[in-house]
Amino acid sequence: MRKFILSLLMLWSTTVLAGVEVHKFENPEQEQQYNRLIAELRCLVCQNQNLADSNAELAQDLRQEVYEMIQNGASDQEIVSFMVARYGDFVLYRPPFKSTTAFLWIGPFIIFGVGFVILLVFIRKRRQTVGVELDETEQARARQLLNDNNETNTQ
Amino acid sequence: MWRYLVPLGIFIVLVVFLAIGLKLDPREVPSPLINKPAPAFNLPKLHQPQQMVSPADFKGKVWLLNVWASWCVSCRAEHPVLNQMARNSQVPILGLNYKDGRDVAQQWLRQRGDPYTASAFDEDGRAGIDWGVYGVPETFVIDKRGNIRYKHTGPVDQKTVMEKIMPLVHELEKEPA
Repeated sequence: MRKFILSLLMLWSTTVLAGVEVHKFENPEQEQQYNRLIAELRCLVCQNQNLADSNAELAQDLRQEVYEMIQNGASDQEIVSFMVARYGDFVLYRPPFKSTTAFLWIGPFIIFGVGFVILLVFIRKRRQTVGVELDETEQARARQLLNDNNETNTQ
Repeated sequence: MWRYLVPLGIFIVLVVFLAIGLKLDPREVPSPLINKPAPAFNLPKLHQPQQMVSPADFKGKVWLLNVWASWCVSCRAEHPVLNQMARNSQVPILGLNYKDGRDVAQQWLRQRGDPYTASAFDEDGRAGIDWGVYGVPETFVIDKRGNIRYKHTGPVDQKTVMEKIMPLVHELEKEPA
């Protein structure tokens, strides 16, 4: 009996208790806007989570802030600049392109380009070493070997 | 020769990048509020709920804003440093009591000493959001014209006070109001 109760208690996962606020929206567009924004905005406390996933208290407050701004008819742009003015580009999962973020945006392409060039050079070098010229006696021997092979195959 | 130098070169570059990466603190998010006017608020004082306090009250002075809470563990570590700073200098420190309870916060200060000129009671954390607070404790240095000049995230230690905060405060005090 005790074991049974214990296993029942184990089923009671703590994530059930975590709870996410229930918000009422006037129309589905606002709800979409809310979900879109909290997925795009980054939580500053648990830095690899967005506002939607984070249970940090600050994330709850910021979700509330986003919700209230949407209720007041704020646009995506207004809400994003509200957050950026306070927390910097860091709150955005897609930061704007500027001098400080340039490497972030072009870096992968540069690395890809460099890798591609290295690959090309590598392939070329390989091709050169494979193309060995045979002199006449070697060619004759090669022919003979191939012919031998053909005969054994046809038998 | 190149066969050995190229991998060695790549290795050294990698080591340098990793060494720099180890020294960086990913929790240190640069504040966009540096050199911007300090966000306004008008909040009741922690000890006198009927009195209001606002950053505008400190205009013409170089002052510090310290965000703290009784539930914040690292605030305990930083508190003696603030107490000492309050004893040794004339710089006003405005406390922003962030998402706390009035009773526990007052009790916390009774136990540990009160370095604050005043503490603003930010119960719902709205002022905190305006100041871009994300990790209590945080400390801001504000100049005479009411612009934020420096922000320190996390507990302030003696070294930060001696090497950064106090030299900056002295420098800012020379600026015209």
